[in-house]
Amino acid sequence: MKPPRFRYTAPERLDEALAVLAELGDEAKPLAGGQSLVPMLNMRLARPSVLVDLNRIPELDGIELVDGYLRIRAMTRHRAVERSSVVAQHQPLLSEAIRYVGHLPIRTRGTVGGSITHADPAAELPGVLLALDGAVELLSQRGERVVPAAEFFVDLLTTVAAPDELVTAVRFPVLPPNSGTAWLEVARRHGDYALVGVGAVVTIASDGRTIEEARLSFIGVSVTPVRARAAEAALRGQPVAPDTWRAAAVAVREDLDPTSDIHASAAYRRSVAGVLAERALALAAQRAQEGIER
Amino acid sequence: MTAVGSERRTIRVTVNGTLYEREVEARLLLSDFLRHELGLTGTHVGCEHGVCGACTVLLDGEPVRSCLLFAVQVDGHAIETVEGLAPRDGELHRLQRAFWEKHGLQCGYCTPGMLMVLKAFLAEHPDPTEEEIREAISGNLCRCTGYQNIVEAARYAAQLLRSSGRVVEANHADPLLR
Repeated sequence: MKPPRFRYTAPERLDEALAVLAELGDEAKPLAGGQSLVPMLNMRLARPSVLVDLNRIPELDGIELVDGYLRIRAMTRHRAVERSSVVAQHQPLLSEAIRYVGHLPIRTRGTVGGSITHADPAAELPGVLLALDGAVELLSQRGERVVPAAEFFVDLLTTVAAPDELVTAVRFPVLPPNSGTAWLEVARRHGDYALVGVGAVVTIASDGRTIEEARLSFIGVSVTPVRARAAEAALRGQPVAPDTWRAAAVAVREDLDPTSDIHASAAYRRSVAGVLAERALALAAQRAQEGIER
Repeated sequence: MTAVGSERRTIRVTVNGTLYEREVEARLLLSDFLRHELGLTGTHVGCEHGVCGACTVLLDGEPVRSCLLFAVQVDGHAIETVEGLAPRDGELHRLQRAFWEKHGLQCGYCTPGMLMVLKAFLAEHPDPTEEEIREAISGNLCRCTGYQNIVEAARYAAQLLRSSGRVVEANHADPLLR
């Protein structure tokens, strides 16, 4: 359980890191918080020639509120997001979900950009980003591009990021008015990877009783985080009521196509996804209504 | 083209208040640096892939897995290990005392990690609920499965720390205890 030999560089400027990636391509591996990469190195599942440590680049750290979204720079620690009052105020779904990311000593090192780039199908942050229709900022010497979450995650542990590109920031849109959110998940222990997790966003019409828009994003049920699009469409215009959430649970089970693995069967995951969706929608709608009353 | 990066580096790290300078391989894990280079074997190594929590130390005051960090990454930073807890020889830190009194250790393998994560946690949560304690140590495995006493020890440690070390239960005649 010792990592293979590698050369190590710890640039202090973003352009230096990009130059290394441009020169070496996939021979080089950026090191963010290391909470997924270092285990892979220790188990020798990854053998990069060069590790580019991003931890000494101040430009990659910080949370800011700009143009309707929270822009969280890639090397911002999970713990900083968890402690951020700006995040709590403007993006409650992220604030609620971040506490489920690993354990305390994982969140002190783990980063937002690292979680998004690693793209584990059971990880919370990709699911949150997809629920919010957020986006990922990618930078290389060739230029910058902003990729919507729905296009960013392409397969198991695979994103659209090219070997010479770095995720420099992640955009989490703030909520529209009259909206509430909820994050729920089932795991064997708090902090373990979720067997199933769901993020719900519910926007209520100005009458206070009808669903204007609902979004459901699931983790742990596919090779990437997934939205239950048909269930979402069916929720539009429905009354805010328990029967609506029950019907959504049925629709979710039809939308999703989970697989079996050592941790849980497909049937169990499908069943739990419905239950969590029902509860998350009810909770998100309740929070939206509380916001309207206030 | 010159090779990017290097396989070895010289680092300066403060561990438990003492500054060390060593030349190390870039791939040397912080856990192995502490144990093999500095001889601080109080930090235990369990799984070496970030699951068991036995190797937890404090990096600039925050709990981290030392098996998921390379020694070169902590160049210029401060580390605290279990050896740094006790104020002096023959005297226990209140956390350690709580673990001793409440039988919070069985084989002792997970204990250093438990102590270090709890040190950081109790500093932020001086009066935690049982649920909060269980969540705080959820990343630390005890293979003796002695969690009951560990949780009890953590609650007692919180009590001791809140009372600034004054005796809160009147049965300590041992001069080693404070």
